[in-house]
Amino acid sequence: MYKIVAKQKLSPVIDYFRVNAPEIARKAQPGQFVIIRIDETGERIPLTLADWDSKEGTITLVAMQVGTSTKKLGCLSEGDTILNLVGPLGLPSHIEKYGTVICVGGGVGIAPIYPIARGLRNAGNKVISIIGARTKDLLFWEDKMRSVSNELIVITDDGSYARKGLVTEPLKEILEKDKTVGHVIAIGPAIMMKFCSMTTKPFNVPTTVSLNSIMVDGTGMCGCCRISIGDGTKFVCVDGPEFNGHEVDWDILFNRQRIYCDEEKRSLDAWHECHCQKA
Amino acid sequence: MEEKSKPKLNVNRVDMPRQDPKARGKNYKEVALGYTAAMAKEEASRCIQCPKRPCVAGCPVNVDIPEFIKALSQDKMTDAVKILKSKNSLPGVCGRVCPQESQCENVCTLGRKGAPVAIGRLERYVADWDLGNKMKAEKAKLPPPTGKKVAVIGTGPAGLTCAADLAKFGHKVSMFEALHVAGGVLMYGIPEFRLPKHIVQAEIDYVKSLGVEIRLDSVTGKLATIDELLKDSYDAVFLGTGAGLPMFLNIPGENLNGVYSANEFLTRINLMKAYLFPEYDTPIKIGKKVAVIGGGNVAMDSARCALRLGADEVYIIYRRSRAEMPARHEEAENAEEEGIIFKFLANPKKLIGNDRGWVTSMECDQMELGEPDASGRRRPIVKPGAEFTIDVDVVVVALGTTPNPLIASTTPGLETTKHGTVVADESTGKTVKDKVWAGGDIVTGAATVISAMGAGKRAAASIDAYLHGNK
Ligand SMILES: Cc1cc2nc3c(=O)[nH]c(=O)nc-3n(C[C@H](O)[C@H](O)[C@H](O)COP(=O)(O)OP(=O)(O)OC[C@H]3O[C@@H](n4cnc5c(N)ncnc54)[C@H](O)[C@@H]3O)c2cc1C
Ligand SMILES: Cc1cc2nc3c(=O)[nH]c(=O)nc-3n(C[C@H](O)[C@H](O)[C@H](O)COP(=O)(O)OP(=O)(O)OC[C@H]3O[C@@H](n4cnc5c(N)ncnc54)[C@H](O)[C@@H]3O)c2cc1C
Ligand code: SF4
Ligand code: SF4
Ligand code: FES
Repeated sequence: MYKIVAKQKLSPVIDYFRVNAPEIARKAQPGQFVIIRIDETGERIPLTLADWDSKEGTITLVAMQVGTSTKKLGCLSEGDTILNLVGPLGLPSHIEKYGTVICVGGGVGIAPIYPIARGLRNAGNKVISIIGARTKDLLFWEDKMRSVSNELIVITDDGSYARKGLVTEPLKEILEKDKTVGHVIAIGPAIMMKFCSMTTKPFNVPTTVSLNSIMVDGTGMCGCCRISIGDGTKFVCVDGPEFNGHEVDWDILFNRQRIYCDEEKRSLDAWHECHCQKA
Repeated sequence: MEEKSKPKLNVNRVDMPRQDPKARGKNYKEVALGYTAAMAKEEASRCIQCPKRPCVAGCPVNVDIPEFIKALSQDKMTDAVKILKSKNSLPGVCGRVCPQESQCENVCTLGRKGAPVAIGRLERYVADWDLGNKMKAEKAKLPPPTGKKVAVIGTGPAGLTCAADLAKFGHKVSMFEALHVAGGVLMYGIPEFRLPKHIVQAEIDYVKSLGVEIRLDSVTGKLATIDELLKDSYDAVFLGTGAGLPMFLNIPGENLNGVYSANEFLTRINLMKAYLFPEYDTPIKIGKKVAVIGGGNVAMDSARCALRLGADEVYIIYRRSRAEMPARHEEAENAEEEGIIFKFLANPKKLIGNDRGWVTSMECDQMELGEPDASGRRRPIVKPGAEFTIDVDVVVVALGTTPNPLIASTTPGLETTKHGTVVADESTGKTVKDKVWAGGDIVTGAATVISAMGAGKRAAASIDAYLHGNK
């Protein structure tokens, strides 16, 4: 049992949790994730380590409510427990001195990009961050991102806050202007990562994406998370989650993310029926 | 019914009742129902207590078979349990899933004249009796603590056996398990209808009752490495992490939606209880026409699970013929009775999908058998111009597994083979790395429950000797 020591709402559908997990906090590195199972009937879902504090023995998770498991999670409060939590899983981000790096965080992807940007900054890089969300309400951690970036660009799809547009627009502008950019890291919805990769391709700037395929065990045992990359198959949970964005077969990822579309709707309906919403 | 298609089974052997094939294809309840007391006594009375007791050597953990059978036939059930459990900490599991026909029963003296004594069924009977009596029979007397600590990685049969024996020697044992439940393949792989999970759970509880601590959600190599465990708190480590990495065919279309590894398919069903979706949150795609590729126990289990989920047609696609099929005879027969369709000498070469990325059909080569290969089995070769296509909407790839590289890659000094298995001495389980032992599927590649247990047992003895300084 893993106790939630703090909870905040970052937006109506994005929840922040600090969870007691001292062993994981001690080992965590940027780019890694955990798998949680909320209760006895729950499924195993992956969430990125958005931060950790080895002294306090806690890890930070930021989750967007999209279906049964993330809504169940959203119903938990400070003092509640998560039944199972395992990690740190996946390979850590490759942090080195590239010179100038652009970190792109879209939507809930802002959370996982934060420790990576911090790691890159600490490694002596000039970090330019672009964070974007559909609308103002969904934007969070602007201050935190500013604190680890040399430059921060904020953007919303609908223009309800800061600049209006998509993250790929400033990304392209910077790449056109600044030829010292040595690396781009993009984390967010798969479609955003695809377009970021397409944007950087003509500039030949190596681009890392963090893939969010469906998972079960997260240790390489089931093959559920497999994707096509280059000519081969890779398991996101053990070979990733970070990959070269220019080599990912995005269509396969999109298809595989939708495998359980129908079942996810049924699951949510069943949950809504039997669940008396806590305030 | 069974007797006709299986002449090896002598009528003298007491048959074990099973659920009706029609009914059982629709539920997850156990197929084999076990002996009644009267049946068990009758079967036990067939053992002639031969002085050479060849059966004992046929068992990888050397259960004192004639002794426990004798106790059973004399109604001394508590003694029967004690005798059994002194060698085998998981008798309820072994009585159900051991390939007895090729082990203890294969060498039973009676086998030469007719059907061997049904040792596995009797073992199951004794274990179930013990369970029914809340396992009061054996309160293991533990020696005074030695003060030594051993870490056992992986809670499959190899780890559980090693841990139980080490605890009985007086050592303090902590087990580390990556998943959220202990038991390894017994929990996530072998289905409920063949091995009910409460049986496994009870046997795990027994191991815990010996003082063994089990830490779930702990991926060794990610959390602590082997070297860190040895440096920080443990005097020795046993690796029993199994062979959990699924193999795929490497044919076009393998990443289409609807294509599962057997590990994923079975894990969703057994570990995550997807057959109870949406009461349980984990979904699974229920196919109408399901093809399972492979001919082993894993393929049989996958096919029978697909049927129970509600598939209309389930195929087993195997590239050799029936005679070469590695699955236990009894399980293949159960599958066939339930209506699984076997397509022998068929080798998939391409999976075809629709525009939404879902698998819709499978192209196969028709094979014929050529010369025997290194394994002694006749090698299947493509029969030219005889390809065929079958419509499918779910495909389960059950081609076998190899050890997960996680432990080996985070443990300097371990030696591995080109198949990814860890090199360990066969009689002791000692690896080339100081203070590290290994056993079970991680050493042999995918094998059997009882061979994993045997390895765990031998390693426990060797670790005990080492901890007492006489190695
Ligand atoms: C390595 C990794 C890190 C992630 N980090 C975060 C994070 O930090 N914050 C966050 O909000 N989300 C993160 N996700 C996505 C998150 O796991 C899914 O949103 C979550 O599993 C959805 O579950 P659900 O039951 O609420 O929704 P569902 O209704 O089940 O599904 C909604 C969508 O989520 C995806 N999904 C469903 N089940 C799983 C599963 N078992 N594993 C992975 N994806 C699934 C599917 O593509 C689906 O379309 C991450 C995913 C991966 C692979
Ligand atoms: C579907 C199926 C059906 C089978 N049917 C039969 C049968 O009828 N009869 C028979 O005799 N055999 C059968 N087998 C084979 C048998 O189950 C295995 O040979 C046996 O379980 C191997 O035991 P083990 O202890 O070596 O490993 P496993 O049972 O694989 O257990 C290994 C454990 O280690 C854990 N682990 C792995 N890596 C780590 C890590 N880094 N840190 C912590 N924990 C880790 C795993 O999660 C797992 O729980 C079957 C196998 C399958 C898959
Ligand atoms: S453990 Fe297996 S091999 Fe040994 S006696 Fe029991 S059934 Fe036979
Ligand atoms: S070999 Fe058969 S008959 Fe002889 S003791 Fe063993 S079980 Fe009994
Ligand atoms: S989630 Fe099972 S192998 Fe990656």
